[in-house]
Amino acid sequence: MMQPDKSLMTIDPSKRAQPLQDTPQRRAILKKLRSKPSVKGAVIALVLLLAVVLLAPFLSPQNPYDLGALDLMDGRLKPMSEAASGMTYWLGTDDQGRDMLSAILHGLRISLMVGLSAVVLATIIGSLVGLVAAYFGGWVDTVLMRIVDFILGFPTILVALVLLAILGRGVDKVVIAIVLVQWAHYARIMRGRALQERKKEYIEAAKNLGFPGWRIMTRHLLPNCMGPVMVFATIQIANAIVLEATLSFLGVGVPITEPSLGLLIANGFQYLMSGDYWISMFPGLALLALILSINLIGDRLREALDPRK
Amino acid sequence: MTIPLLEVQDLQTVFHTEEGAWPAVSDIDIRLEAGEILGLVGESGSGKSVTGFSIFGMIDAPGEVTQGKVLFKGQDLRELSAESMRKLRGDRIAMIFQDPLMTLNPVLRIEEQMLEAIDAHQKLPKAQALQRCVEALAMVGIPAPEKRLRSYPHEFSGGMRQRVAIAIAMLNRPDLIICDEPTTALDVTIQGQILYRMQQICQAQGTALIWITHDLGVIAELADRVAVMYGGRIVETGTVAEVLDAPRHPYTQGLLNSLPAQATPGERLTQINGMAPSLSGRVPGCAFAPRCSRAIPRCVDEQPPVTTIPGRAFRCFVPLEAPAA
Amino acid sequence: MIVYILRRMVQSFLVLLAVSLVVFMAVYAVGDPIELLVSAEASDADRLAMIKRLGLDLPVWLQYWSFLTRAFQGDLGTSFVHGIPAIELIVQRFPATFELVVVAIGLTCLIGIPLGLVAGLFNDKPLGRSLMGGSVLGFSLPNFWQGMMLILMFAVWLQWLPSSGRGDTVNVLGVPLSLFTADGWSHVMLPAINLALGNIALVLRLTATGVMEAKTQEYVKFARAKGISERRILTRHILRNILIPVVTVIGMEFGTLIAYSTITETVFAWPGMGKLLIDSIYKLDRPVVVAYVMLVTFIFVMINLLVDLAYAVLDPRVQLQEAQ
Repeated sequence: MMQPDKSLMTIDPSKRAQPLQDTPQRRAILKKLRSKPSVKGAVIALVLLLAVVLLAPFLSPQNPYDLGALDLMDGRLKPMSEAASGMTYWLGTDDQGRDMLSAILHGLRISLMVGLSAVVLATIIGSLVGLVAAYFGGWVDTVLMRIVDFILGFPTILVALVLLAILGRGVDKVVIAIVLVQWAHYARIMRGRALQERKKEYIEAAKNLGFPGWRIMTRHLLPNCMGPVMVFATIQIANAIVLEATLSFLGVGVPITEPSLGLLIANGFQYLMSGDYWISMFPGLALLALILSINLIGDRLREALDPRK
Repeated sequence: MTIPLLEVQDLQTVFHTEEGAWPAVSDIDIRLEAGEILGLVGESGSGKSVTGFSIFGMIDAPGEVTQGKVLFKGQDLRELSAESMRKLRGDRIAMIFQDPLMTLNPVLRIEEQMLEAIDAHQKLPKAQALQRCVEALAMVGIPAPEKRLRSYPHEFSGGMRQRVAIAIAMLNRPDLIICDEPTTALDVTIQGQILYRMQQICQAQGTALIWITHDLGVIAELADRVAVMYGGRIVETGTVAEVLDAPRHPYTQGLLNSLPAQATPGERLTQINGMAPSLSGRVPGCAFAPRCSRAIPRCVDEQPPVTTIPGRAFRCFVPLEAPAA
Repeated sequence: MIVYILRRMVQSFLVLLAVSLVVFMAVYAVGDPIELLVSAEASDADRLAMIKRLGLDLPVWLQYWSFLTRAFQGDLGTSFVHGIPAIELIVQRFPATFELVVVAIGLTCLIGIPLGLVAGLFNDKPLGRSLMGGSVLGFSLPNFWQGMMLILMFAVWLQWLPSSGRGDTVNVLGVPLSLFTADGWSHVMLPAINLALGNIALVLRLTATGVMEAKTQEYVKFARAKGISERRILTRHILRNILIPVVTVIGMEFGTLIAYSTITETVFAWPGMGKLLIDSIYKLDRPVVVAYVMLVTFIFVMINLLVDLAYAVLDPRVQLQEAQ
């Protein structure tokens, strides 16, 4: 009979079996296994955009808000035209004689500002609501979640439109409208995660130690639930930017004095038919670049944080 | 001498990774006569399921069958076109999988899933095909088969679903059924019933079975012959009686010892020390060597060749003693 | 099953009530209702008359009650700009929006699902991967800019299609529809494509991931083990499983499309409800805005209800759960 407790042999790593090498299908199969294109491109693009946006006042050849610097005679010039002052209008001018490049740089700034502030606010408000709902449960949870479901049942554009119809125009009002529309998403995500975490032992332990509710929520529960919320927030920045652009385009967003990319595009709409495409196209391309890089990064982030991996 | 129903020669299947192509199973030789029941036994990772799928021709990337012949009634299945292989599957050779939950499509009725199995291979008038389905369901012990045909999979329990899967496999009276751990996910009483049914059906219709499992107890009840697998190779074969009474390979002995039925009440259950190696953790020699109490240095470096005696075979440099003649 | 329907209907009714309350609060209690509902150009005498008529001098809860009763009778105020009841105005514009949305959904199904199938089946080949990558563009593009570029490309540069407006209409059962004329179709194509593109991308991805997941399911392997042909596996096994979520999404998107038509209608000067909304916001024609919100909410709630019911019919497992 064998001795069951005899010690196992340790195997010298150099004696491990080696894999076989090439077989006909191997190359084809390996190609499929290779991972997707890296996220480097998107990160570089985003960093560039951010740098440009922060440095906009210094980089733009012209201050698009200074009405005195504009020359109506320079209106609707093609890209690469020259101004009387010798400056090159790299991307052409709009109907007011505004240099498109400068306008786009400043517009990017506003778009990004609105997007970021709206998302930050919505995250804070939404996360709090979700946390409270999950922690207290019961009727608090039911009431809060009914409200959340209700808001989420409607398309964001409609709610935002109606809100702004009541509130009026202005950058701050746009931010408020976007926040009011978006916070519900965060509440739902946070609540879902917090419900899972709430059942875990470290929360039980904290409760048994007599910690007050607020403390448990903010110092114990919150940090562990931030993950999915942060990933969602990253993607929502792009959505917030598009929402602001759309609202501005429709004429209910930012005022003309601080044109965001959406408003710039709206301005150029009327000249599309006569073929002066650049007034609308370039702001649009800038917007697209911004959104795409944010979306791509958000996508990769989500994949990287996927708990299934 | 008649050609065996199935003869597998020197089969090898690898899995491609970035580091190289790891052989999941190698040097597989199997011989199966018509109507015979072969048990393929091994723990998780031994390669038994891979063997089953390799014979059936359903190894997908990143896996690849790289070597060997699979002779079914004398014809090498590896040489067949995809379409010819498709025609064989479900008709002459069938397969049953482990998980009864997902084997059946949840949004289609049982009736449709059975009829399509017949329809893929022969054109029968619907009434006749339905009749065959009802008979198949009755044969596996499903009560009120005519009504049950219209049901959806989720209306059945796990055991019943597996019976349906067996019924489907038997619809076209195949010559061989490969069963990949079909009772592992079911509880013991159901398992017993299904084993009994399978045995009856196979005897009645002369169907050969390859029954893949990790449970020696099932093999003892059901199979005629057994092949024990470890580390991707078959380490011992023979009739069930011979192998279970007098194993030659230390691993087989270890398996037998660790059966709860063998244990003395009140004492700890016997275990085989260590764990089965992963694909990349194997040694060039006998895969069991690191855990074997009889191992000598040669076992680690060299792959033991097959020692064949009539009706038996094993791979070992230090086999257990043969029973006294 | 009946219980389920009744329960959902009660829920829907409650939602409508809640919306009416919120709208009422927004219009009557938060803002200055007089300013919101009485045109700025009315004379003092007219104003007093309006105030009396609308009951704006009554306590708030009485006002809500009169608001509700009037709403039930279909009176949601009169448009300042057009002088006719707001509801009538919106209903007039409904067929145009409806046409647009229907064509957009048709395009979504005809293009999105087949492309999604291809992307899912060939997801390890360049074709599948480029389709999935391209679809990201579909919902990254801001809808209004996309519309403008479509106009630029097809109407200005290529001059294949008209750039704005609705085509000639034909009266069908008293309703003017443009889908029965060739001119109507040439006008509806660009706006419908614009409306549909985001959805096509969505449906494409949904179908593709559904197929990729279904491909690896055990029941597909088992079907292969039965010797079923690949074509039948695709059409009967995989498609049935993925159609359920796809249909649900399309149903839900119907409502969203009606909302997003505001943008498309503005860009393409399509005379539908959405354009009416934007114009009304501009011109401070608030009764129309209120009426629009109420009507669209109603449509949404109805659609959600229908989708839930359809889902219960399509997926047999849902019926079982509801019964338990």
